[in-house]
Amino acid sequence: MDAIILQVLNGLDKGSAYALIALGLTLIFGTLGVVNFAHGALFMIGAFCAVTLQRILSISKVTLSETKKNFLGQPSEIKTPYVESWFGPEVGASIIDWSVPLAIIFSIPVMIIIGVIMERGLIKHFYKRPHADQILVTFGLAIVLQEVIKYFYGANPIPTGAPDVFKGSFDFGVMLGYEANAIIYPYWRLVYFGFSAIIIAAVFAFLQFTTFGMVVRAGMADRETVGLLGINIDKRFTIMFGLAAAVAGLAGVMYAPINSPNYHMGMDFLVLSFVVVVVGGMGSLPGAVLAGFMLGILESFASMNQVKAILPGIDQIIIYVVAIIVLLTRPRGLLGRKGVMEE
Amino acid sequence: MLGLNKKDASLLLVVVILTMFAPFFLNPFPTESAMAQFNAGYPDLMQRFVIFGIFAIGFNLLFGLTGYLSFGHAAFLGVGSYAVVWMYKLLDYNVLPGLLLAVVVSAIFALAIGYISLRRSGIYFSILTLAFAQMMFAISYSDLIGRFLGISLTNGETGLQVYTSDPQVLLNDWETVPHLLGLIEMRSTYTLDLAGWSFDFNAGYYFCAFVMILAFYLAIRIFRSPFGLMLRAIKSNQQRLNYTGLNTRPYMLAVFVISGVYAGLAGGLMASMDPLAGAERMQWTASGEVVLMTILGGAGTLIGPVLGAGFIKYFENIFSKINENVLHTWFNFMPDGLENFVVAIIYPFIGKGWHLTLGLMFMMVVIFLPGGLVEGGQRIAKLLKRGKKDDDGANTATATKPAE
Repeated sequence: MDAIILQVLNGLDKGSAYALIALGLTLIFGTLGVVNFAHGALFMIGAFCAVTLQRILSISKVTLSETKKNFLGQPSEIKTPYVESWFGPEVGASIIDWSVPLAIIFSIPVMIIIGVIMERGLIKHFYKRPHADQILVTFGLAIVLQEVIKYFYGANPIPTGAPDVFKGSFDFGVMLGYEANAIIYPYWRLVYFGFSAIIIAAVFAFLQFTTFGMVVRAGMADRETVGLLGINIDKRFTIMFGLAAAVAGLAGVMYAPINSPNYHMGMDFLVLSFVVVVVGGMGSLPGAVLAGFMLGILESFASMNQVKAILPGIDQIIIYVVAIIVLLTRPRGLLGRKGVMEE
Repeated sequence: MLGLNKKDASLLLVVVILTMFAPFFLNPFPTESAMAQFNAGYPDLMQRFVIFGIFAIGFNLLFGLTGYLSFGHAAFLGVGSYAVVWMYKLLDYNVLPGLLLAVVVSAIFALAIGYISLRRSGIYFSILTLAFAQMMFAISYSDLIGRFLGISLTNGETGLQVYTSDPQVLLNDWETVPHLLGLIEMRSTYTLDLAGWSFDFNAGYYFCAFVMILAFYLAIRIFRSPFGLMLRAIKSNQQRLNYTGLNTRPYMLAVFVISGVYAGLAGGLMASMDPLAGAERMQWTASGEVVLMTILGGAGTLIGPVLGAGFIKYFENIFSKINENVLHTWFNFMPDGLENFVVAIIYPFIGKGWHLTLGLMFMMVVIFLPGGLVEGGQRIAKLLKRGKKDDDGANTATATKPAE
């Protein structure tokens, strides 16, 4: 039993990332009808927002030490980050320490702007073109974004730590009455899961309970009629694209401490996220979330030693196998709506 | 000639001439000159031109004719490579049995994958093929089936290669490298030195070129056949075909298998040139590459994919070789400040930044030139109003509607 709980927990953080990216993909697909292959790149840019903020905060004033000398006999340099000299050493140090959570605030406007530019500048021109063209142009864009990041940040992963408070892990098993060390779970992964649950809830609440969301939902169902009613649906859809970009970006920001950001992390997640979207059902938001968590948990179950002993390496292909089975038995995906993407 | 009409025959002739005299065309600069770095006439690169040409021609049969965008074609490439290396391991270094096996095995894989993937169309088809390819990549990268059976089938991340402990039942003493029926070794090269120029004639290249011409000829025949016409009909309106009572599945499956066999053959030739096979050939970036080649050259046209493959492979090599110092020597004539500025502007796009250039170029082509280089050539030809005088004329004749 404890092993099962552990695997469910392990699956949650990866599942959260899948769910968030798939949610954004579905938002874009449901509103604009565009298959966005550059969505993984947005996830990666989010992670690099965290890296960037950490670097900005750590910009230091260099002073020469009066007492210490380096090996050449010259006075050695002391680096004091500006934030420390402005807010005092303790507050400053904790600001730097908390740079990843702070990057959430930093990344939202950045991601929305990137998303809106992408939609207005490029994707707008592809609504009338076939899906294959949309895939191709966003695929090209993904390559470009990835290479730009690689040019500025290099090809190596950049470790970006979580705040010290969240370092280490806690013993989940003791709380449930198991012996110590049976279920150990890192704090940050729990934070990640909680965070993504909040984001998912917020997106759903936004669509369900605000007038804006209502209009968007109406537009998803029947764009033409909403347009005929005199509502500027294009503008709203552009904002939804920005929102979807922000969701992907936030997923990336918070993922930075779990997996050091590197330039190809977006592509790695993208392929799986597409599979998640298809399994959940194209255009279905609850389906994307459900499939994201389901596949994340399945993946971690498949990596259990007991399972691997019977079917070696099943953990690497389980998602694809499930996707193929789902697509063949339920062509619309788990929660797919009728009439969406049926050619 | 050969059952082709005049235009197609002349196009085929152009391709034959281009491939046969490629060592001359690709080495236009004397070896000692500063421009020698733009020479592409060395065996390794020329082999890649034609091998990726075959791969792209095959992909184009599927994507260009039917509009089904497969994102997992590299899987067949990898399967072909593994098949050839296995034949080296079991029999000897003769490439023919291996290529035969590559064709058969890739056909079987294409049949299985196509049978399932073709139940869906559009984006679902793309993602299904992508999922299959990624699955096969994972399987061969960790050698899952081999581990399951308790043998080494793909040799995991090291890649499959020939060891002295392998059976190699037909091996003769003199065999150390891949060869064709014992007549020629694939890597044997005759170098012709002509007053400063040097031209390499590589046996492996000519073997691949021969296969490519056959593949190209077959592609022309498929394009012009009733079967090809049916595939185009599927592209323009599959629903209507279904309503008229036609079952399109067998046609789609047939072209998917043919296209998979082309990929398998290309993979097999790769292993024929260099007796190695690795899982990275199956990765989805490799599938993306062939998509880039086909689109860049012009999907749905006969010559487009070959051009695209040559174009990408050429610039990949040349761009990667240029570094900052080379740039500085080029712009030496400018004043220092301007020189540094120009170099700083260009630098991100060359050397390691080649992929950035490729991505930008690809986006530009998709946005402005959906028909690829062939369409570009046609537009220029139209601008110049030269009509059907030269090569462009041949292109115009064979070009079809741009890809969708």
